[in-house]
Amino acid sequence: MKTGAKLIMDGLKAEGVKTIFGLPGGAVLDIFAELYHSDFEFILTRHEQGATHMADGYARATGKTGCCIVTSGPGATNAVTGLATAYMDGIPMVCLSGQVPSSMIGNDAFQEADTTGITRAVTKHNYLVHNVDDLPRIIAEAFHIARTGKPGPVLIDIPKDVQRSASNAVRPKNMDYLRGYRPSMDGHPKQVAKLAEAINKAQKPLLYVGGGVIASGAAADLTRLARKAHIPVTTTLLGLGAFPETDPLALRMLGMHGSAAANKAVSECDLLISVGARFDDRVTGKISEFAPHALKAHIDIDPSAIDKSVIIDIPVVGDAARILPLLIPQVKTLKRSGWLNQIKQWQEQYPLAYDTQTTQLLPQYVIEQIYEVTRGNAVIVTEVGQHQMWAAHFFKYTKPRTFISSGGLGTMGFGLPAAIGVQAALRDATVVDIGGDGSTQMNIQELVVAVEHDLPINVVILNNGYLGMVRQWQEMFYKSEYSATHLGGKKAGRGKPPAYLPDFVKIAEAHGALGMRLTQKNEVAPALRKAIRSKRPCVVECIVKENENVYPMVPPGASLTEMIHSMA
Amino acid sequence: MKKHVITASVENHPGVLARIVGIISGRGYNIETLNVAPTQDPQVSRLTMQVPGDERVLEQVTKQLNKMVDVIKVTDLTQKRYLNRELVLVEVNAPSGKRAELIALADVFDARVVSVQKKSLTIQMVAERERVGDFLDLLRPYTIIDVSRSGVIAVARAD
Ligand SMILES: Cc1ncc(C[n+]2csc(CCOP(=O)(O)OP(=O)(O)O)c2C)c(N)n1
Ligand SMILES: [Mg+2]
Repeated sequence: MKTGAKLIMDGLKAEGVKTIFGLPGGAVLDIFAELYHSDFEFILTRHEQGATHMADGYARATGKTGCCIVTSGPGATNAVTGLATAYMDGIPMVCLSGQVPSSMIGNDAFQEADTTGITRAVTKHNYLVHNVDDLPRIIAEAFHIARTGKPGPVLIDIPKDVQRSASNAVRPKNMDYLRGYRPSMDGHPKQVAKLAEAINKAQKPLLYVGGGVIASGAAADLTRLARKAHIPVTTTLLGLGAFPETDPLALRMLGMHGSAAANKAVSECDLLISVGARFDDRVTGKISEFAPHALKAHIDIDPSAIDKSVIIDIPVVGDAARILPLLIPQVKTLKRSGWLNQIKQWQEQYPLAYDTQTTQLLPQYVIEQIYEVTRGNAVIVTEVGQHQMWAAHFFKYTKPRTFISSGGLGTMGFGLPAAIGVQAALRDATVVDIGGDGSTQMNIQELVVAVEHDLPINVVILNNGYLGMVRQWQEMFYKSEYSATHLGGKKAGRGKPPAYLPDFVKIAEAHGALGMRLTQKNEVAPALRKAIRSKRPCVVECIVKENENVYPMVPPGASLTEMIHSMA
Repeated sequence: MKKHVITASVENHPGVLARIVGIISGRGYNIETLNVAPTQDPQVSRLTMQVPGDERVLEQVTKQLNKMVDVIKVTDLTQKRYLNRELVLVEVNAPSGKRAELIALADVFDARVVSVQKKSLTIQMVAERERVGDFLDLLRPYTIIDVSRSGVIAVARAD
């Protein structure tokens, strides 16, 4: 007989878990008592939201299932944002939460929350364990569900008495008994043939690639397809890295802040092949005018993604990594010189650009310098806002899992802890978290964790003194009335306002990290080199122009052809 | 808006119903009737619900339900040949002068008086959902005191 807590350890081990993120409390004391004697690497975070984003970053960087443990009540509610973030982006994660003893559930017991109720809408699946005999089965199911099909977070809520009682139960040998959960993996051969025929007939095909390609491990196949059939490629934010952006066929990102070349190609193409993307409203703009001339094909493992917002002519349901190898031999190598010339012309006419002449320190410049200094060999993690879009525009991604960002939920506070999770998984990688001054403050407490565990993340803060993305919308659509978007000390408090509020350099130092502040262009490259060489967690705060905007921009609800290129 | 009749076979686990209802209501759709009961397999429950909505809305709903781990099979019966029934128990105001009339009306609808009170009758009826609706419409002028409807249950018909 083994206790529930011991069965949990065995289950996690059997699933290949090596690193666990979390924070203890009364309802998980038994689990932590077992952890004390285990050989998992446990990373104690300072907030449960941090734990979930670390597990998420770990998963995004590796494709493995991230794992975290939180206590009941406030521990679990703190985890909700992290679960929702992972859910929206299809990231495999298992979160264990403690629960009050079974006999007390429903009594408003101390630190009780209806965790399965609260997390139902932000998890792929969740469990409340009623009986210790079910634990090995539920843990195996949770990991299976988290990583298969369209991946996602799974939560297991475990009452304290279940952790303490004993059982002889063992893991199930396989998951065949899960009759309600059989993700379709293989695409229908007829649909694949139909798609091949459409590609061979198309004059102006375009690949529109999302995070699903990265999740399925199909980036190499996708690249082969594009190069064989000469099809230009545009990616979503989460699709960055699925196709090398250094390739002439790369159109960069599409959508609200997509490149003009990509948005024009979408609007002109005669065949749009979506692979692992879900026609998000930030991508499509006005639905009725999205890819108006195109036959639309959609490869996706999630049947509910098909026809959700855009009606699809050729759906292929299954795993891209299985479908693309079937498709590639059936497509012809066509020159498509007219289309590719047109694409080239757009690329030359509308590069992603900014004012390189000014002496002022611009955020885009900092990101280009990160690209130069690392020679593109870095894992870029971002927070949410303007800096996130610039990180997408001014660094060229060539490999999957090198751009890590909260796309679907757009969670400020994701970047710093996610970068810690990435670095915990990839000890030798250069990890750069590109953050804003607003977002970085949301989980800044986790910096201590990087220091404690020798995880040398580089936090580059593009400090524009504003909740910049919101400020941009206020400038463009709300008469430049900057309601509650100004950050920083200038207007704050009595007496002489501090020059920097907060002082990120002091924050870094107080947490045991290296802090630097830059205000000039020529300081950037040396500071980045110093940070990376230091092999210590670093905060590089760059004081950048306050009112720089992200362009191009498709106004909300407008068609992709209605791009704004500047305010002038 | 068309009323769709959707049936689902689901694992008989706690929380399954909440999850299903959450999927539908979380997307802003309304469940008009809902019926759940075990099947010949005690591990499996069958759920029947009526959801008003256009075809695309309902296609999303069935796809979302199908994705759920505890849902074994979902069918939108409205796309098929199917049988439906609803059970209703209705207590209707029945002063002595109106009783004969009410009993005759129940007769026409194959409904039965199951209980007689001083000032009211309780009538039971099993019929297709439209017929139940018609019957209740005709009772309304007599003043309905209480009514309990089972919600539609349905099975597909082989050709
Ligand atoms: C948790 C959360 N709250 C609010 C928002 C809305 N929001 C989107 S971007 C943004 C501003 C981000 O500011 P900062 O991190 O400084 O980035 P910048 O846009 O200035 O580069 C806000 C408030 C959000 N995305 N997430
Ligand atoms: Mg900012």
